[in-house]
Amino acid sequence: MKIHEYQARQIFRDYGIPVPDSVLCYTVSEVEKAAREMNRMVVVKAQVLAGGRGKAGGVKLARTIEDAVAAGKQILGMDIKGYTVEKVLVADAVNIAKEFYVGLISDRNSKSVTLMVSAEGGVEIEEVAKETPEKIIKFHINPLTGLLDYQARNVALELFGDIRLANKAASIFTKLYKLYVETDATLAEINPLVLTPDNEVLAIDGKMNFDDNALFRQPKILAMREPDEAELQEIAAHEKGLSYIKLDGNIGCMVNGAGLAMATMDMIKLYGGSPANFLDIGGSSNPQKVIDAMNILLGDKNVKAVMINIFGGITRCDDVAKGLIKALEIIMTDIPIVVRLSGTNAEEGLELLKQTGLPTVSSMSEAAKKAIELSKR
Amino acid sequence: MSILVNKDTKLVVQGITGRDGKFHTGRMKEYGTNIVAGVSPGKAGETVDGIPVFNTVAAAVKATGANTSIIFVPAPFAADAILEASEAGVALVIAISEGVPIQDMIRVTPILKQNGTLLIGPNCPGLITPGQALIGILPAMIFKEGNIGFISRSGTLTYEVVNLLTLNDFGQTTCVGIGGDPVAGLYFIDLLERFENDPDTKAVVLIGEIGGDAEEQAAQYIAEKMTKPVVAFIAGQTAPPGKRMGHAGAIISSGSGTAEEKIAAFNKAGVPVAKEPAEIPVLLRQKLEGLK
Repeated sequence: MKIHEYQARQIFRDYGIPVPDSVLCYTVSEVEKAAREMNRMVVVKAQVLAGGRGKAGGVKLARTIEDAVAAGKQILGMDIKGYTVEKVLVADAVNIAKEFYVGLISDRNSKSVTLMVSAEGGVEIEEVAKETPEKIIKFHINPLTGLLDYQARNVALELFGDIRLANKAASIFTKLYKLYVETDATLAEINPLVLTPDNEVLAIDGKMNFDDNALFRQPKILAMREPDEAELQEIAAHEKGLSYIKLDGNIGCMVNGAGLAMATMDMIKLYGGSPANFLDIGGSSNPQKVIDAMNILLGDKNVKAVMINIFGGITRCDDVAKGLIKALEIIMTDIPIVVRLSGTNAEEGLELLKQTGLPTVSSMSEAAKKAIELSKR
Repeated sequence: MSILVNKDTKLVVQGITGRDGKFHTGRMKEYGTNIVAGVSPGKAGETVDGIPVFNTVAAAVKATGANTSIIFVPAPFAADAILEASEAGVALVIAISEGVPIQDMIRVTPILKQNGTLLIGPNCPGLITPGQALIGILPAMIFKEGNIGFISRSGTLTYEVVNLLTLNDFGQTTCVGIGGDPVAGLYFIDLLERFENDPDTKAVVLIGEIGGDAEEQAAQYIAEKMTKPVVAFIAGQTAPPGKRMGHAGAIISSGSGTAEEKIAAFNKAGVPVAKEPAEIPVLLRQKLEGLK
């Protein structure tokens, strides 16, 4: 789960990380009011769940109230990577002597929370990692001890050189680690962390992602969720025990298992078609799940054909077939459906499906070819 | 021969009285797996399928000498169950539970290391040494004894591919589902090393997917250290960036972890990558015939 910058700033503040003042605004008049009240140089920043806002023109410095209003007019409503900007943050613009990158991630390889810092702040860290990986300092944190003060200080000293500044930065690192662990984050970035000309160290931008598997114990984080349209669909599907992601093709897929669902999409592409979605119905043969899944698939107006791909393991294919038959009695549709059943009791399942008149096949590739053919009719 | 589990494995089932635990205990026992104990706090003295239930893993280990554990407890309690098994001296823990928080797994990791406990999973289908031991939720009938080692991040895709192998007369030494989570136990390299050292394994099939760079590391390991042929398949070539494809670990983040990168790494390491599951047995046959 992702949150907006203004939400990340709030979490930072709650944990004592110094962040400049800011006001969240939904309209140009709110921007004007905020700029007037702040009465100094501000920065107007688009609040969307996408990176590269600056490059897209979604972040503007405003020296006057008029500038701020103009920036608000420009940014509110603009499109950034498919997201419409509905709100902006009007933030105190601080003078910057130097910019740094500070990030915590859950690193798969070291199986630890890893602190990454770099003097190359303000740019996308992925680019630094690709072009000049030696400019990133990494420290793997032992989960049993947490990030100790001296460890944070050592890393900060490498970055800042000066011990007084390093102490300020180290305190930010340890606070960031504390909030990272306590909120079950998977990413916490301060980019940039800035040094001001009067030697203050401040976080002027923040990005946080959270572990979906831990949301059950993070009610405060969950309350921050602001899903877009696509995510609302995904969440609704999830509540029905389905894992769904919309794509832009025209062949709807219903599959049991995530790996097989990905392989099914890939196969449709391999044979020249285009998958409309990822949809994993899990291990159950419950007819209701099949009905829910069909409703989601057929709710996508791009879908011209549906490919159902089931490999029966513990789930028996005859049970899946029964579920499908029930589902199809309820859902009347003209969209052609091809069913592939293989594995446990596949023959019984295919026999049952004969009465529906649906085209049935026993291999994935046949099913993909057939679905593509049907989608072109 | 085989890796990790065989007919001598003594299995304890944690969460044996739950719905899934009970169901799969029956299936594993039917397959011939040597299940010696179950654990369910508060249910000591009961039996499930004739298997004695204990309150704690320590008591189960003391009474039965269990050396391997399988975990069916709900995700919020999985890390605790893994640590309980580890502290009780169980050598290999298989965590089936899906949805375990990443922080829990990060905290568990150094303790397992300290105790010398091996972990498979979480969020995995388990493993099987055909003809000897089924430890997991894999459908037994698709497997067959033979000499192919099998490693996969996926569940049903594993069944799909193993079924194709078996139909093409490629039996398996051991098949391991390592799970779909970003922070997990034994991974590709750990298992490739074991298959390389297993005299009965002649070749390995590796099923990867988008997310992380474990496939790239595996490719490098194969190029540098392995003498046995490996054939790979990568799921998720059509997956959009930034979206979790069902598995918590299957996500292309900041442009890295793509199927394209992984396929390129395998190709560079001389590992053929199948375009679709049905091509895997074909590539395997070519590789094995090339050895003769």
